[in-house]
Amino acid sequence: MSGPQDPTGAEIVIRALKDHGVRHIFGYPGGAVLPIYDALFQDEGIEHVLVRHEQGATHAAEGYARSTGKPGVVLVTSGPGATNAVTGLTDALMDSIPLVCITGQVPTHLIGMDAFQEADTVGITRPCTKHNWLVRDVRDLPRIMHEAFYIATTGRPGPVVIDIPKDVQFKRGPYVGPSNIKHKTYQPRVKGDLKKIEQAVEMIAAAKRPVFYTGGGVINSGPLASQLLREFVRMTGYPITSTLMGLGAYPASDKQWLGMLGMHGTYEANLAMHGCDLMIAVGSRFDDRVTGRIDAFSPNSKKIHIDIDPSSINKTVRVDLGIVGDCAFVLEDMIRLWKAKLLKPDRSALSAWNMQIDGWRARNCLAYKPSADVIKPQYAVERLYELTKGRDTYISTEVGQHQMWAAQFYRFEEPKRWMTSGGLGTMGYGLPAAVGIQVAHPGSLVIDIAGEASVQMTMQELSTAVQYDLPIKIFILNNKYMGMVRQWQQLLHGGRYSHSYSEALPDFVKLAEAYGAVGIRATNPAELDDKIKDMIDVNRPVLFDCVVDQNENCFPMIPSGAAHNEMILGDAATDPTVSEAGKVLV
Amino acid sequence: MPNQPGSAYFLVDTKEKEIRTTLSVLVDNEAGVLARVIGLFSGRGYNIESLTVAEVDHLDHTSRITIVTSGTPEVLEQIRHQLERLVPVHKVVDLSTEKPGIEREMALIKVAGAGEKRVEAMRLSEVFRARIIDTTHSSFVFELTGTQQKIDAFVDLMKPLGLVEVSRTGVVAISRGAEAM
Repeated sequence: MSGPQDPTGAEIVIRALKDHGVRHIFGYPGGAVLPIYDALFQDEGIEHVLVRHEQGATHAAEGYARSTGKPGVVLVTSGPGATNAVTGLTDALMDSIPLVCITGQVPTHLIGMDAFQEADTVGITRPCTKHNWLVRDVRDLPRIMHEAFYIATTGRPGPVVIDIPKDVQFKRGPYVGPSNIKHKTYQPRVKGDLKKIEQAVEMIAAAKRPVFYTGGGVINSGPLASQLLREFVRMTGYPITSTLMGLGAYPASDKQWLGMLGMHGTYEANLAMHGCDLMIAVGSRFDDRVTGRIDAFSPNSKKIHIDIDPSSINKTVRVDLGIVGDCAFVLEDMIRLWKAKLLKPDRSALSAWNMQIDGWRARNCLAYKPSADVIKPQYAVERLYELTKGRDTYISTEVGQHQMWAAQFYRFEEPKRWMTSGGLGTMGYGLPAAVGIQVAHPGSLVIDIAGEASVQMTMQELSTAVQYDLPIKIFILNNKYMGMVRQWQQLLHGGRYSHSYSEALPDFVKLAEAYGAVGIRATNPAELDDKIKDMIDVNRPVLFDCVVDQNENCFPMIPSGAAHNEMILGDAATDPTVSEAGKVLV
Repeated sequence: MPNQPGSAYFLVDTKEKEIRTTLSVLVDNEAGVLARVIGLFSGRGYNIESLTVAEVDHLDHTSRITIVTSGTPEVLEQIRHQLERLVPVHKVVDLSTEKPGIEREMALIKVAGAGEKRVEAMRLSEVFRARIIDTTHSSFVFELTGTQQKIDAFVDLMKPLGLVEVSRTGVVAISRGAEAM
């Protein structure tokens, strides 16, 4: 029963958002969502960030979520509002980012009538969300709102969509708070099976050539997981590598750190993975960019896999011991059991293993040919790192070569400082993500390391940054090519550069000025440091056009269908025999 | 296997044998739940040989979906985990490997003919214990319950005797013994 004193559906949405501690939402108004915008207008306490395209809202919410650990909230209208959000929802699903996306829908009596701005939002978003709802009755709305936050943020996090028809937003119904909500079927498991954990620590203690392989799950689990990971890795003294999504969980400055692994990972990380006798996978999912050729992946190792999602275990790689649970809980149990059993690593085996790894490190796989005339993109990221490393810095990226160089050359010491589109590989992610990060961390330095192709996909969000005084820095490594496409065409398609060169590019400095932001251009290495300092010093959004070497390739690289031990090293690899052997593979 | 130019994926040719299995899936009967299950199978490239669904508890709003699928043991394990990941799914039980189950399917089979063929169709229906649920001077509709193989056999026998059309429910299954799934 509902009375005139009950809140409207729109007010219920706002109350539920506040009950879940939401401070910021990213959105774009439209006809079918106007009642919620009206409720928002009459309410204090939730700040709305108006984006320029709904895809931008989803990426901003992702950046917000990933840099805070809180869910990102998106509010868009029906039809095109919802379909524009699909890329960001899919991105969040692939990278396990908690998003709550509220979409307006045409009134219930018009659903199925091909009404104006009608789309089957729950149908379209079903495969790109963790769960979604169409709210047909306002009395279901409070429960669904709370379930949505619960499902988005617990277990393996992910995006959810709540599709609310316009008449439901107007209807009145009772509000029920979040504490009374329990879910019938959805109960994620967080504690790992103790027997298996016991077995795992014994395997870990017995290993001769172990390696930790950690992923985004450690970041998603929260700061405690990173802390426990550091503690356990240091207790064992074992080397550790991480996926693209896991960077920052373990400090890059530590001596046990091998760098990122995978297609553009380091030589030492990939060879350690290939040659290990025990792999300890924590919150990572054996993605194809990580494993390379699957039937030659780490052929002689036993594998332990800790993951909160049971479907991740044995999905692509068969493991010897799968532990389902939140990695913070599992790592805590591992540390406790390791101590209780007085386990010790095999020192002599470990020192032999470390010596072998040091040999691989000595190849200096990230070396590149320096230049005094043109800015090498690797050099640009190195300088950016050197000039920002002492600061409170957050980095986002677009997708492509610049993203890999950022992962290789920017060194992350802490979790939640690195925001990138890993699973979906969404060009255009970084700029709106930076907007979301800056909203969450107003005083911090937020830099989008970008490519000139990617950044143009969501360039309009610079206008959002200007509107809300968000001093994000967009650091474009401009090589006029879709660099990663060009690299693949060079290596795999006989240098036929089919449609990967941008014949026309905007003048990014003028473009910045047109948006009301600051434009800076650097064209030679001598001026780079000063220009970067200018960028950092100005407290306004900056579009930095860093004109770099057009033909630089991103190495090391595991080519298609190759195994970890068949990587191609760059021209400047110090050991000529390896680089010759590597070249044969191309 | 040679490198595949232009692709980072190494397409592994799994030589493992595919096996057939029957899954019983208990779900909340909410809007779109069947679409979630079917979308999962089509989106991830799993096979569906048969799928049936109906509400089994009206008060609890739970439905039971029976899916006959096939794949390598790895794929079948994935299917099961992926189903369990769907929010409205209560429980998934494999009634081929995990618990011994019984399977039945029902079919309605229309046969038209006269003379010898008509008599033969009726005689065979008795052998298969099919029921005649509709008849005219020139046709029968048989109702037949049994395993998929039994129905296939009956349908094959009816082909030369004037088979018109077949409507089948797909497989439903339940575990043996006293316990629920």
